Amino acid sequence: MTPLAAFRTYRTPILFSVMACMLMGVGLLQSWGVALTILNMCLISAIMALGVNMQWGYAGLFNVGIMGFAALGGLAGVLVSMPPVSDAWQAGGLGIGLGLLITFATVMLCLWLWPQINAWRSRYWIICAVILTGYWLLRVWFDPGVDAIESINPSVTGYLGGLGLPIVLSWPVGGLFAAGVAFVIGKIALGLRSDYLAIATLGISEIIIFFIKNEEWLTRGVKNVNGLPRPVPFEVDLQQAIWFQDLATRVGLDLNDASSIFVKLCYAGLFLLVLAILLWFSETALKSPWGRMMRAIRDNEVAAAAMGKDVTWQHLRIFVLGSAVIGMAGAMLTTLDGQFTPVSYQPLRFTFLIWVMVILGGSGNNWGAVLGGFFIWFFWIQAEPIGLWFIDTLTAGMDPNSAIKAHLLEGAAHMRLMTVGLILLIALRYAPEGLIPERKRL
Amino acid sequence: MSFLIGQQMTGGYGAADILHDCTIGVDKGEIAVIVGPNGAGKSTAMKAVFGMLPLRHGQVLFDGEDVTLLKPEERVLKGMGFVPQTHNVFISLSVEENLEMGAFIRQDDIRDSIAQVYDLFPILKEKRKQPAGQLSGGQRQQVAVGRALMTHPKVLMLDEPTAGVSPIVMDELFDRILEIARLDVAILMVEQNAKQALEIADKGYVLVQGRNRFTDSGEALLANSEVRRAFLGG
Amino acid sequence: MIDVINAAALLGNFLVIPGLTYGSQLALGALGVTLVYSVLRFSNFAHGETMAFGAMLTILVTWGLQALGVSIQPLPTALLALPFGIIGTIAFTLLIDRSVYAYHRQRKASPVVFLIVSIGVMFVMGGLIRFIIGPNDQIFFDGARFIISARDFKRMTGLEEGLAIRMTQAVTILTAIVIVILLFWFLNHTRTGKSMRAYSDNENLALLSGINPQRVVMITWILVATLATIAGTLYGLDKSFKPFVYMQLLLPIFASAIVGGVGNPLGAIAGGYVIAFSELILTFAYKKVIQYLTPDGIEIESLMQILGTDYKIAVSFIILVIVLVVRPTGLFQGKTL
Ligand SMILES: Nc1ncnc2c1ncn2[C@@H]1O[C@H](COP(=O)(O)OP(=O)(O)O)[C@@H](O)[C@H]1O
Ligand SMILES: [Mg+2]
Repeated sequence: MTPLAAFRTYRTPILFSVMACMLMGVGLLQSWGVALTILNMCLISAIMALGVNMQWGYAGLFNVGIMGFAALGGLAGVLVSMPPVSDAWQAGGLGIGLGLLITFATVMLCLWLWPQINAWRSRYWIICAVILTGYWLLRVWFDPGVDAIESINPSVTGYLGGLGLPIVLSWPVGGLFAAGVAFVIGKIALGLRSDYLAIATLGISEIIIFFIKNEEWLTRGVKNVNGLPRPVPFEVDLQQAIWFQDLATRVGLDLNDASSIFVKLCYAGLFLLVLAILLWFSETALKSPWGRMMRAIRDNEVAAAAMGKDVTWQHLRIFVLGSAVIGMAGAMLTTLDGQFTPVSYQPLRFTFLIWVMVILGGSGNNWGAVLGGFFIWFFWIQAEPIGLWFIDTLTAGMDPNSAIKAHLLEGAAHMRLMTVGLILLIALRYAPEGLIPERKRL
Repeated sequence: MSFLIGQQMTGGYGAADILHDCTIGVDKGEIAVIVGPNGAGKSTAMKAVFGMLPLRHGQVLFDGEDVTLLKPEERVLKGMGFVPQTHNVFISLSVEENLEMGAFIRQDDIRDSIAQVYDLFPILKEKRKQPAGQLSGGQRQQVAVGRALMTHPKVLMLDEPTAGVSPIVMDELFDRILEIARLDVAILMVEQNAKQALEIADKGYVLVQGRNRFTDSGEALLANSEVRRAFLGG
Repeated sequence: MIDVINAAALLGNFLVIPGLTYGSQLALGALGVTLVYSVLRFSNFAHGETMAFGAMLTILVTWGLQALGVSIQPLPTALLALPFGIIGTIAFTLLIDRSVYAYHRQRKASPVVFLIVSIGVMFVMGGLIRFIIGPNDQIFFDGARFIISARDFKRMTGLEEGLAIRMTQAVTILTAIVIVILLFWFLNHTRTGKSMRAYSDNENLALLSGINPQRVVMITWILVATLATIAGTLYGLDKSFKPFVYMQLLLPIFASAIVGGVGNPLGAIAGGYVIAFSELILTFAYKKVIQYLTPDGIEIESLMQILGTDYKIAVSFIILVIVLVVRPTGLFQGKTL
């Protein structure tokens, strides 16, 4: 076997080993804490990429609203785990409840009305009138409730709080949130041409972020929610525990380092478990008759429709499923961060970066998506130090006080945008199938 | 040797060949008509002659010169004009702009040529400011032919110029085509209305499954009982 | 009566003039998106960054001119720098086309692949811009601030409400008008412009007519870079230059192009104004206007706002989504360059 052929056959294990070596390298050269931080984010990125790969790789759906679904998952983290604020519930719960009821009633009325008046000329006006009336009623009840909630201890709470349940529960709940919203989006937008679907989902994800940033009564908006409960022990508690002190001395690590590494390992274990389960499901699904049908639809929608496949329904299903996975990853991310910061949701980081992962990894291949998630996140984080080192080396001969050198060093922070862009462009040109191409099955 | 001839052309869109050893030619001032059942490869043969299909075998000779490897636009420069079967006008451009685009490769004054086209198809002059997409089917075909005439081609290739037009308009279009042929232009034409077309044809080709089935003068083909039975509906 | 005029001045000052300004910026941006869409047939996600790139080059030249003491008072120096910015952006855009898009065009890649490629270009350009000029706000406006300040207006007319026209607003609106006229003249009355429309309409037939696709593509990028630089610079002059903002501008621009019907330049312009005015109309506080128009003594409690100011940008996304869902061809049916 030639080396190239060997590489082709064992591509997946080889590439994953390379990835492992890079993480080890970080551990040895920088620190194990950093390596584990990167690993945890890699795991979450891989799950997001897995979700996008379902939509794009299996079904050819171009979803650019990843950020919105991830944020919904994050919101679930808050709503599930934070303690409820009972004063706020008393002050404004009624108004909010009535408001939601009115919204629900308006939507129901519209849905009921639409088929009846579908043939009328004035149908748009009537629907508009219904919506505006509903909106006005909503504001009448809702606004005072919101004001009341937001004025209760605004610097600490000023929102309704959550349910006070374990935060791990928010992972499936985040998936459900995302799935619910994806269902609505899919219902209205999946019929669009691929680039319109892209723009529509991009727009919708921005709307979701706007909603989260502005509806403070629910999310605290830009004031952030800090101090989310954790699924793993706190470092301080570990440092107090006798068994842990023993463990640290036995491993020969400083107590501080040991506790932080231990916590990160706990997270990594949890994430790895979720990733493994999802990967197992995805692989099974991909190999099943259903997966074959999805690929048939992707490769030739017209022929599949002619063969009696319900293309729209299948698209909707996979769109909802993929979004749920993204939502779950979003909740996991918030859990890892321990806080919910709406302003951190930027399309560059949460949507386009994930896309690069899927394209580079190999669309249509689950292992590829996972690998892409690892590689790209690694580069996203390490591009800055690498860039800094690179510029430093380049400008080594320069006067250390020169303005050009200072400017270049400052600019190195932005190298990663360029690097990731270049990786995407190069992948699209020289390896459009990705690092681990889709296995062609008959 | 004909003025324009595609000799022993073999080729197709992908792996499978559509044309097999197919030969089609026309002389100056002559009308050659290709007829045959749907899917026989008539349009494909036209595309092959015009360089829009890679040939595996055979060559195309124009005015004694081998043009097999030239791109379509280079053939336009040599003096060939082509009216495709579908999508043969710029629907969002006005009639006059369509004609101007037909003359795009010319650097000289094109006003005379536009006037000539208007003489040939007076209705177009009336509608010159209208987008071609708003015209009737017959008028569109006139625009399409007019566009191809703008380069004063020595050979004009028409793929079903009368598709989807009423019989009256069809007769008129045939008259115009005869008129063009009288200007010493070679005309190579695919036609569904085989009978009428062969009546005005000097030469006829019957194509079946990408092969020459019959080749003869128009008259002779009309007289051939086998051709009549199989392709002209009795 | 005087109250009605006051109300009108108020609306003019806070609604009409800002709407026309922002609408002009969006229209110029949307024209660029529409040109790419109709000739190259993909949605260009890098357009916001192209605008930022053009604006950045203009800013750098402006600083140079300012350092040299060159000025065209009372007009902003940036106008003088604009042609240099345009040329630089054209060169850069053509370089990107040659090195990136040309390959995929040759392979006849699908529009989605082009879209993803444009995302890659967006990353690279974004990084380059931040590398060169940094991620922060840059101020490069000079010249007179106002053509008519609110105070002057009040003094001249004796009204209670002032109608101010800022220099940047006047420059934006006038430039947009001139550029649009030039663009339409080019598309409708020159041979090259017509060949562009022909290529956009029917690629095959354009090839048969001997229209050189490479040339059409090149001309398109030249126009796109020009429009993007002008739009980006005008936006930066009027608001401020911050690389991140241009990425956010992408959605309102797409919204404008789609509302007008992608591929239709007239629609893109109309779409720009539709989006701009909807944003302003829906988030404007009508309290004062209504006070002027109602008899004295009636107190109005609320701000009389349809949507909170926070939702300003969301308005364009919402319109975008509604149009995509209800009428994806846009208000003015697309696909005619
Ligand atoms: N663009 C194309 N790609 C692949 N196959 C084609 C294409 N156009 C036509 N064909 C096939 O080539 C054959 C001949 O078609 P065509 O030349 O259009 O027939 P005709 O014009 O005689 O009706 C048909 O089987 C058709 O399916
Ligand atoms: Mg045909």
